Amino acid sequence: MEKSAVFNSKLLPYALLVPQLVITFVFFYWPASQALWQSFLREDAFGLSSEFIGFENYEALFAQPEYYKAMLTTVVFSTLVAVLSLAIALLFATQADKNLKAAQVYKTFMIWPYAVAPAVAGVLWIFMFQPSLGTLAQPLRFMGFDWNPLLNGNHAMALVVMAAVWKQISYNFLFFLAGLQSIPKSVIEAGAIDGAGPMRRFWTIVFPLLSPTTFFLLVVNVVYVFFDTFGIIDAVTGGGPAGNTTTLVYKVYADGRLGGDLGGSAAQSVVLMIIVVALTAVQFRYVERKVQY
Amino acid sequence: MVEHRPLNDVIAYAILTLGVFIVAFPVYLALIASSHDAGTVIGGHMPLSPGNHTLENYYRAVFVGGSRTSREPVGHMLTNSFISAAGIAVGKIFISILSAYAVVYFRFPFRKTAFWIIFVTLMLPVEVRIYPTYKVVSDLHMLDTYAGLILPLIASATGTLLFRQFFMTIPDELLEASRIDGAGPFRFFWDTLLPLSVTTIAALFVIQFIYGWNQYLWPLLITTQDSMQTIVIGIKKMLTTTDELAEWQLAMATAVLAMLPPVAVVVFMQRLFVRGLVETEK
Repeated sequence: MEKSAVFNSKLLPYALLVPQLVITFVFFYWPASQALWQSFLREDAFGLSSEFIGFENYEALFAQPEYYKAMLTTVVFSTLVAVLSLAIALLFATQADKNLKAAQVYKTFMIWPYAVAPAVAGVLWIFMFQPSLGTLAQPLRFMGFDWNPLLNGNHAMALVVMAAVWKQISYNFLFFLAGLQSIPKSVIEAGAIDGAGPMRRFWTIVFPLLSPTTFFLLVVNVVYVFFDTFGIIDAVTGGGPAGNTTTLVYKVYADGRLGGDLGGSAAQSVVLMIIVVALTAVQFRYVERKVQY
Repeated sequence: MVEHRPLNDVIAYAILTLGVFIVAFPVYLALIASSHDAGTVIGGHMPLSPGNHTLENYYRAVFVGGSRTSREPVGHMLTNSFISAAGIAVGKIFISILSAYAVVYFRFPFRKTAFWIIFVTLMLPVEVRIYPTYKVVSDLHMLDTYAGLILPLIASATGTLLFRQFFMTIPDELLEASRIDGAGPFRFFWDTLLPLSVTTIAALFVIQFIYGWNQYLWPLLITTQDSMQTIVIGIKKMLTTTDELAEWQLAMATAVLAMLPPVAVVVFMQRLFVRGLVETEK
């Protein structure tokens, strides 16, 4: 798409672009290329000299059992959060869609957790499930369930997943509701006339028509889990216990904070960049064309 | 006609009420905890109704700080959060409306290149390149400054794409008409384009303000002095003392304060918020 009527100044457009380009080069291209370059170097402990070592940093990275563990954790975490938050949001959205007036009110009640910072959401959930004083942890312990997210990796993962799902329901709800409201009522009525009950109508008419929204949300949710949940993990578990909630993004942070291995840390960043670029490519390839608002 | 079953309505309302309950409960609990004294909260038998220490807790959180930790009071952090969130939102809008104007309304060599250079930044959030970016900011002596908190986060293509899309929908006749009236690029931008863009600007501001307010990893890395911390960082640091010793009633008061501004923005500017959310994701 191009405009047919334009101005023809020689210098002005460049001047208009300068602020954004400068910021982009200084804080984006320069650091990103530094990461790429450093991932092929080995620096000595004092950072005085460095030598080119090709792919050794990557080889060392992929030889680490912890790296595969972090990968697995990321996959488990993303799957759980995406599936749960999509399913729960879809359930609420279909109920809200039944009554238009109520839908408007529920929208207001449902969307605000979007605005809660991930780290703050994490703190709210630790408070509820803190083993010794949490309002919801006590019934668990009372029933004889040895709930302790500080020591048990699965419990920690469950807590992080709950906080992440809680925050993401609102976003998914909003898009599902919009998707549902854009499905023509006549299609659903036609199904009803043919004798299909509510459940059958949902699975054979509504759900397929909603699939572009679902797919779009799936990609957005995976990206959300990758990056925005950093605050939740850091606040709730700090990646522990024993690395059980350390995702790939958290590992870049945790390893880098210890200092030392600049090359290894850069290699981790580069691998992450490749994953994100692939995800974004999928998003543009499939989502752009199919999603209808 | 779709059949109408009263039982169906009852189930729908039950599920929705459950939904609102799930969404609201963690926050309700935080509000309750912030109204009790330390003993009641730590004892593990906190009632589900408000206590009478609300004013005291919020006063201490905002102006005094915790007694067991040497942390800054929250009042200062709130100011930092406001400055960086507003700075990120305004900065992003400023640089992106200008670049979108250049890309849409001018023809010049390397126009496509410039667009792609900006577009690629969409792919890599700051989390992926934290340490190299940290190095750059540190080399520029911007650690512990507002510039360091704000500038790296405004390098993104979201705004440019949004404005570009919006400018494309503006009829060409408007530009032709202003040119006949003798308007140059500045006049057209100021008198025609900017007034038309007000809603888009507001929607972007709402989304970016929330984005900026809720930043965590970046401020965590580049602020070393307590005086530069944002509230989202502050609340986490309140809990890094061992959990039993943490002053939960103050931490929860801080959590409530940290949530309040962005939540208020979403609730009171819902229409703009939804619009911004839908359009930035396109």
